[in-house]
Amino acid sequence: MSNTSQSVQPVLKARGIVKRYGRVTALNYADFDLYPGEVLAVIGDNGAGKSSLIKALSGAVTIDEGSIELDGKPIQFTSPMEAREAGIETVYQNLALSPALSIADNMFMGRELRKKGLMGKYFGALDHKEMQRLARQKLTDLGLMTIQNINQAVETLSGGQRQGVAVARAAAFGSRVVIMDEPTAALGVKESRRVLDLIADVKARGMPIVLISHNMPHVFEVADRIHVHRLGKRLCTIKPDDYSMSDAVAFMTGAKEPPAEDAA
Amino acid sequence: MSETPKSSRQKQEFEHALDSSDSNVAQFDHKHRSLFDSVQHFLHGNPTMVPVIVLIFSIIIFGFVAGNKFFSPFNLSLIMQQVSIIGILAAAQSLVILTAGIDLSVGAIMVLMSVIMGQLAVTIGIPAPIAIVIGCIGGICAGGLNGFLVTRIKLPPFIVTLGTWNIFFALNLWLSGAQSIRSQTLDEIAPLLKFFGESIALGGARITYGSILMLVIFAVLWYILNHTSWGRHVYAIGDDKEAAELSGIRTNRTLIMVYCLAGLVCAIGAWASIGRVGSVSPQSFQEANLQSITAVVIGGISLFGGRGSIIGPLIGALIVGVFNSGLRLAGVDVLWQVFAIGWLTIIAVAIDQWIRKVSS
Repeated sequence: MSNTSQSVQPVLKARGIVKRYGRVTALNYADFDLYPGEVLAVIGDNGAGKSSLIKALSGAVTIDEGSIELDGKPIQFTSPMEAREAGIETVYQNLALSPALSIADNMFMGRELRKKGLMGKYFGALDHKEMQRLARQKLTDLGLMTIQNINQAVETLSGGQRQGVAVARAAAFGSRVVIMDEPTAALGVKESRRVLDLIADVKARGMPIVLISHNMPHVFEVADRIHVHRLGKRLCTIKPDDYSMSDAVAFMTGAKEPPAEDAA
Repeated sequence: MSETPKSSRQKQEFEHALDSSDSNVAQFDHKHRSLFDSVQHFLHGNPTMVPVIVLIFSIIIFGFVAGNKFFSPFNLSLIMQQVSIIGILAAAQSLVILTAGIDLSVGAIMVLMSVIMGQLAVTIGIPAPIAIVIGCIGGICAGGLNGFLVTRIKLPPFIVTLGTWNIFFALNLWLSGAQSIRSQTLDEIAPLLKFFGESIALGGARITYGSILMLVIFAVLWYILNHTSWGRHVYAIGDDKEAAELSGIRTNRTLIMVYCLAGLVCAIGAWASIGRVGSVSPQSFQEANLQSITAVVIGGISLFGGRGSIIGPLIGALIVGVFNSGLRLAGVDVLWQVFAIGWLTIIAVAIDQWIRKVSS
């Protein structure tokens, strides 16, 4: 590959990870590398194991074999909470939002802020005002959308707006890595553009992003490298400048063998 | 990535059309709503308003029908007193229903714990305060058993609590020998057990400590559910358990705690029930579990979980009390009280379904 891989340590690195669900092998000794400051796209056919790979990296599933390293240190997540505490934020395909709860509640779910002083310390009183203020600020900062009512239930939002809340939550709290599973799948043209701009914003802050997508134009636009996943493992990693979209699709579907020097 | 010349990210071809289009992305505001939609949205945001409106209307209507007797301070405080035990059980029930579960064993836990408190204090002669504490611990354990079976063995809450309902009822008959502990015996040996039956006179009203206890329990649970992380997690779990888990909530641990807390509230209700009935009676409150579910549902908490305020079941219990009292004072046969409550329950769930269909 390029000089980057030799000189720079990957932020997130996986070697030989295996995940089996009963008799189905979702991950079959898969490898993964994410370098600092890059947007890495992960593409693959349905059932190739992309989602399992992402869940393994974000702590939602525990792997059966193999190793994952964050900044060179081995990690063994047993819950999404641990991955989040380590700085890995994930936007799941189903968004993982609670529909009946408000935008502010959802953004701070699992990491609520307590009031300062006695009430917060001994009675666990939440600082609703501060959380609402921060939620509004994070959404505005990211320029994602204008908010009328931060206390509005998420279920009253459209699909694109919900996506916006989920992406903003991850971008606002991620400190090491942001993983996005199909962030533009449910979005219209304008909203997709916002999310792509947002990915660029997050990247500009120096944070590496893992982007799972079926949308080749989006992948080729924002990705620095493309990880092609096939049959539960990494088939190859390519640069979007070196190959065309149809090459990528051909590798992904098995219509074409990847060039030897790019193979994983 | 020094060699990447893609610094100027190219827009997609078709996106050039966007340059001349409206630059607003999807907004959060809504225009052009009909009155009907507005009502639906308002109720969606304030689900407790339905029972509040029903309570106000039923008080007004029964005030007309039953006259001054209904509005007397004595009668109003009597309603509070009559609903206090079902109200406390409804508070416990609400916690479980908010997680999209159901607890058929609340009444059985309460009666079992009242028998344990009574037997320990009267038959064995343990000091009453210790007997009460042991009863409360027993309530937590009974709830914990429900929670364990629901989360670890992964059985549906309905089945688990249907089973434990019978188990706790059988234990209750075994421990008590199906015998009540009479009021005089309690007065002699453990008067503390009847504490919540005592009352303070306020004008013509007689407010029992049991009624006050019910209000305190609702206030504490309201605080926990709305102003602590744990409370928000309870809502999130009832709303979408998988999403809550991906958000990093330890759902099973929280669920077990919900059942334990419900058990504790039932045990506190057990102490209050001894004061309310005046004796320890193993055969009492046999339909209390279903009445508590009725109060919760009328109170606007969704049986599908995650929606509704804990204040709702308090209002729901009061509505049932107002209906019973009003119809009785108006000289209507008891069967029509039951009839009315039945319809009220069905209508409450129908309204809940309608509110949930809110669209943006």
